[in-house]
Amino acid sequence: MEAVLESGSVLETAPAALEGVPGWFNELRQAGWKRFGELPMPSRRDESWRFAKLGQLEFDGVHLAAEQPPPGHRGAPGLQKRAARFGFVNDTLTEEESNLPDGVICLPLKRAMAEHPELVRAHFMQRETKLGSAKFAALHQAHVSNGMFIHVAAGVEVEDPIEVFHWLEGDHIVAFPHTLVVTEANARVSVVDYFQSDQKARGAWAVAVNDLVAGPGSQLNYLVLQDLCDEARMIQVNTTTVDRDAAAKAFILNAGAAWARQESLSLLEGEGSRSDMLAVSIGRARQEYDQRTFQHHASPRTFSDLLYKNTLYDESRTVFSGLILVDEGAHYTDAYQTCRNLMMSDEAEANSMPGLEINADQVKCSHGSTASTIDEKELFYLEARGIPPQSARQLVAQGFSVEAIARLKNEALEELVLSFAAREFGRILGAS
Amino acid sequence: MSDAATLDAGTREAIDIDRSRGDFSYPESHKFDAGHGLSAATVDYICDVKEDPEWIREFRHKALATFEKKPMPTHWASKDLENIDFDRIRYYLSDGVRPTRSWDEVPDDVKETFERLGIPEQERAYLAGVEAQYDSEAAYSNVKEELEKDGVIFVNSTEGLHEHEEIFRPWFGKVIPTGDNKFSALNSAVFSGGSFIYVPKGVKVRHPLQAYFRINSENFGQFERTLIICDEGSEMTYMEGCTAPKFETTTLHSAVVELVAMKDAKLQYITVQNWSSNVFNLVTKRGIAHENAEVKWIDCNIGSRLTMKYPGVIMKGRKARGEVISIALANSGQHQDTGAKMIHAADETTSNVVSKSISVGEGRSTYRGQVHIPKHLKGCRNNTECDALLINADSRTDTYPAITVRGNQHATQHEASVSQVSEEMLFYLQQRGLNEGEAMSLAVNGFVNDLVREFPMEYSVELKRLIELEMEGSVG
Repeated sequence: MEAVLESGSVLETAPAALEGVPGWFNELRQAGWKRFGELPMPSRRDESWRFAKLGQLEFDGVHLAAEQPPPGHRGAPGLQKRAARFGFVNDTLTEEESNLPDGVICLPLKRAMAEHPELVRAHFMQRETKLGSAKFAALHQAHVSNGMFIHVAAGVEVEDPIEVFHWLEGDHIVAFPHTLVVTEANARVSVVDYFQSDQKARGAWAVAVNDLVAGPGSQLNYLVLQDLCDEARMIQVNTTTVDRDAAAKAFILNAGAAWARQESLSLLEGEGSRSDMLAVSIGRARQEYDQRTFQHHASPRTFSDLLYKNTLYDESRTVFSGLILVDEGAHYTDAYQTCRNLMMSDEAEANSMPGLEINADQVKCSHGSTASTIDEKELFYLEARGIPPQSARQLVAQGFSVEAIARLKNEALEELVLSFAAREFGRILGAS
Repeated sequence: MSDAATLDAGTREAIDIDRSRGDFSYPESHKFDAGHGLSAATVDYICDVKEDPEWIREFRHKALATFEKKPMPTHWASKDLENIDFDRIRYYLSDGVRPTRSWDEVPDDVKETFERLGIPEQERAYLAGVEAQYDSEAAYSNVKEELEKDGVIFVNSTEGLHEHEEIFRPWFGKVIPTGDNKFSALNSAVFSGGSFIYVPKGVKVRHPLQAYFRINSENFGQFERTLIICDEGSEMTYMEGCTAPKFETTTLHSAVVELVAMKDAKLQYITVQNWSSNVFNLVTKRGIAHENAEVKWIDCNIGSRLTMKYPGVIMKGRKARGEVISIALANSGQHQDTGAKMIHAADETTSNVVSKSISVGEGRSTYRGQVHIPKHLKGCRNNTECDALLINADSRTDTYPAITVRGNQHATQHEASVSQVSEEMLFYLQQRGLNEGEAMSLAVNGFVNDLVREFPMEYSVELKRLIELEMEGSVG
């Protein structure tokens, strides 16, 4: 797998023109590269990088993959019942399977651009990155070569989830996974994005962008299962726009990676729209999860609810920075935000910055943030029933995560997330 | 307004303070004036006039260099800070009167200013001592014999550093280092006035000590420097209140207040801030609590154009406690940017922050908080509650806390909420004969009532009155 040529860092590699893509796409890549050069690297003075370990932004020798991977499935077995499955290894398509109803476009980005150029162009990288990683979103734009484009026509409901696997393979490799999901009026779809890697993906990076566009009255569910190897890093920039009476639900599981930063922006654009933002992070060793969220209420009678639950073992560390912004005129808004940290070790560290900016009237908003350890009474209860202390702790910790997982309100997806979480807790229990 | 309905004539007269009487000013008669703008020469001028010792002169010059080097914190703070024109501010003024001991020696026009604010006479009898500041020098100070008997030192900061250097110097600038922020550096360069208090071991000061501050010169910034030290096992409460006449151009107020509570001491610092709405009030306040000591900030911000104030407590000794109780009211043209900073630096330390803000008209209130619990500590606890009330459709409120917890032997919780006065509540009160404005005023007073009760009696009465005045004309 070792690359024969020792190429320079991806930060110094200008994108070459891709073949078989429209001209505008190559122009966009060039524009991204230019912008990447213009924007400064995050510094300690940036509020959006407060508490962040900037040393994690290490790109020395990180390069694009040169080899073509053989086809086949990599990573977790995934769901039994699924509407479609696509797999990418270092951004190259390696598997595809599809059993979708009419009215659904679910294609690798390259093919989608050829078959539906106007549709892709209308939605591709249309949103500004506001939560700190604009430079990395620009880097993504410069080097993005593939990804998933999912478009569900008005009134079409996709029963089973669509699965997308992003697999990193090789030393110091970088990939730019891209997932764009658009639902037209009253459509419904669930998409699961897996981010995984082989154990040799040392110093590897995933710089991902994910945009969700929920049309009027539609339902869009999106899951991220981040399970990279312990020496890989990831940035994911997400923007969700929710139109009138639509509902978007996003869930993030962090189990792997040395460092992962997720920026999630939910724009409640249409009256009566709703956004649920959920996350479960299980940190161990020296893992760090840095999550920045933004609940932007731009219309009246909008609703958002955020619940992030972190369980921190060993020397792991979390940063949560969340902002609820209620625009002038976005009256009768309900917005909630909760971040809870369960401290399982004396070396763990939790940072939270829950924020509110309210410019409207007749608003119900609240946020809460807590950090504490397991209640001795809960442990005693379990131990009294013959459960050894260590297992009891694990049980309580798993129960703590379940609150967020249960909000998925979809049995198959809940089971999928639980299987990842249980494996992670099992690993921690085994190691201790 | 609602007084007529709820209070008898006698009570009303007793508590009535017409705050609009703060809108006046007297001809200025300053013997020393450092002129406009800030330079090394300004600092030297202040040192010369105040006959500062050499170590203070050095301290001021270093601070000036730090001030010039530090950028404005506009990457997180309000851009309104850019409207401060440091070259147009006068950094030192003195009426040339040395602090006087007896009321009779205070110049008549100064006396009249205080008289009209409703400060002395009645309250004098009642309060332990009055340290009243007129411009940058304390114009009047009256320390009761009782305090002197107990060995309590209550003087202005200039006198403190001249006559009590052995107590003053070890703590001066230690709780808040010069370079803490741009405005603490500015204060360190040009400070004058403020109080120095030392309470000896085991002394419990029964009455609150008070200081009234007052700005009375156009374009004139006040840079008080207060240092309070409570020795082992002592207790005291300090009250700082201010009103200012209205001016046409911007005024800067940038104080530094340092509190030191030694083992088992209890120190409470109360502020009612009611500067006129052209004042930039950029204040640094912090206390150190040693073993089993308690530092409590009770802070109420009603006036000023922009207030930035985040009282802090560093809990340095085991079982130390820190508390911030804060009320902010932002009316149109005002931004109350307040908060709290709790640094846990020892085992079993506890801190509590309760903040309530009210935004009226186009007013904006902001809460910024920091809670820090470092590694290898045991049993630290923090509770933070922030509640915001929005009165009008254009009112604005923001909350930006930051909480860092390391280790699994602590408990922190933070909660914030934003709400309105419900229409049902207003309807209920109007049913009982109150007009809409009175009903709103009552509801707002109810919102802050549990915090107002934490203030000493005469302050809580004044506070309720001030809130009523601010609420006038906010509805209907």
